[in-house]
Amino acid sequence: MLAVSDLKIHYRTLAGSVKALDGVSFSVRDGEIMGLAGESGCGKSTLGKALIRLEERMMYVGGQVTLDGATLPIADDRAMNPYRFRHVSIVPQYAMSALNPTRRIGRMINELLEARGIKGATLRPELERRLAVLGLTPDVLGMYPIELSGGMKQRVVMVLSTLLDPSLLIADEVTSALDVASQKKVAGALVEFRDRGYVKSMIVVTHDLAILAQIADSILIMYAGKLAEKAPTRTIIEAPAHPYTRLLLGSLPEVGIRFEDRRLPGIKGRPPSLLDPPQGCRFRDRCPLAFGKCVEEPPFIDIAPGHQVACWKADAHAQG
Amino acid sequence: MLKVENVSKVFRSGAFGGKKAKVIHDIDFEVKPGEVVSLIGESGSGKTTVGRMILRLTSVSEGRITFDGEDISKLKGSALKSYYRRVQGVFQDPFSSFNPIFKVGRVFRTIRREFLSDLDVAAWETRLSGALNAVGLEVSALDKYPHQMSGGQLQRLLIARALVLDIRVLVADEIISMLDASTRIDVLNLLGDLKSKGLSIIFVTHDLALGNYISDRIIILQKGVIVEMGATDRVFGDPQHPYTRSLLDAVPHLHTRWSDAELKDLGLVTDTARFGGHLIEHRENHLVRVYS
Repeated sequence: MLAVSDLKIHYRTLAGSVKALDGVSFSVRDGEIMGLAGESGCGKSTLGKALIRLEERMMYVGGQVTLDGATLPIADDRAMNPYRFRHVSIVPQYAMSALNPTRRIGRMINELLEARGIKGATLRPELERRLAVLGLTPDVLGMYPIELSGGMKQRVVMVLSTLLDPSLLIADEVTSALDVASQKKVAGALVEFRDRGYVKSMIVVTHDLAILAQIADSILIMYAGKLAEKAPTRTIIEAPAHPYTRLLLGSLPEVGIRFEDRRLPGIKGRPPSLLDPPQGCRFRDRCPLAFGKCVEEPPFIDIAPGHQVACWKADAHAQG
Repeated sequence: MLKVENVSKVFRSGAFGGKKAKVIHDIDFEVKPGEVVSLIGESGSGKTTVGRMILRLTSVSEGRITFDGEDISKLKGSALKSYYRRVQGVFQDPFSSFNPIFKVGRVFRTIRREFLSDLDVAAWETRLSGALNAVGLEVSALDKYPHQMSGGQLQRLLIARALVLDIRVLVADEIISMLDASTRIDVLNLLGDLKSKGLSIIFVTHDLALGNYISDRIIILQKGVIVEMGATDRVFGDPQHPYTRSLLDAVPHLHTRWSDAELKDLGLVTDTARFGGHLIEHRENHLVRVYS
């Protein structure tokens, strides 16, 4: 079980600090696959990264993260080390480039495990079993990364990242660079790993809502460094309450929708600069429902069990 | 107008170019004025190579590509320049299409110097603002540096750059794959508007939903071979080739969830690539490859 409360992460830049993550609170249950979605710059990747390793430019400003009852020392790079890989693990965005090109895959995995004080040979049978679960033969361990396709590399990295049965796995845009067939395999692999208990819970960061609609139990929508809406997947897709979620869903071309028949609207305008974000609701400049009260910041509150929204008009929506 | 006639492409590989790999096999299609044709396939299907051959960035090994009846591989000098006045391309990564140390307006000055030096200043400025207007940008955008603009804005600038030339064919190679959902739809709608003004677009993508939204005709490529082609509603509404079906099955939909078995079936998209066979007319405006 992961609980994040009022987490604030800023980026240091020459122009000042960019408030990429400005007070977010949520939790992920054991066994839950939570999708984390939003447009570029909304803070979704920052959130994913903050839970495992702060990059140099990232600055911890406040908030708390607890995993299975223990506080994660995310602000302390060295204190985080015992947690990484064993308790929290990540499949990075470009998993293809995460593999050492000069090592055979098996040897690379051994070296990585030995660096953590684990003998590679003891985990070898389990490693091969898990590769097989994802449709990969043990032969890949004798290969160099260049010999595998993008989707295969992605799956190898998934097996490696979860080899020590971490409690939380962060999958950062793992399907984005793949074409539909490999995308589906990787998506299926994520669910398979959760079902087999290799990882307890998962945060799947992506801008692709259609893939989340397939695999996520719940979806968290972010906008400009804040949480906009969180609900079970079906609710987000079929009955979203935040105007941003609705517009985002409305701008997705599904197979069957044609430009001639129905022109999808898109969302006018651009997200605000996070160097100096506006007061109140950050979506209000682009929001078709904005009214006087939106200059005050809407709280992220429950409008139904398991359904939280930060919008003054959310209640009205929920009632139809 | 633009015809790709029985084109094949052989790449040389190996240390001394001794090995040959045929990556495009006998591709044949035509693009009519005001038509959007999507080339759809996975990585390695050759869709980008076809686009590059049309732009003459890659040579043709067999067959020919003609524009208004003229073989484009024979164009030289001013004839080639006039080809580029009518056929232009926009590519996947807008950030790498601009030089980061110059303001974005520089690409337009280059275009003017190379192609439109005979225009006087007033005529040039009318044309420039017309092109920027068509993509929904202000002239002031030209004074920005690439890092000050979003991917969608840069991509629209690149489309404007092509429009300045009065082009008739635009090769759009994965131009929205890197953009967000909301900016994606803006660029797609822009392409739709340009199409209704008579521009032909060759839309290269691996995303079937995007290809479906915008195109009149679909060409499905598998390992350099056309396996199915025809009107969009025919190919997507009534897919005949197993490869097209497996691609369509792998597209995630918002409102229907894959069953557990479907999701975890790793063998779902099996390697059905087969060479040989020939395209037959399944119905009017719908060709399918059969193997006998």
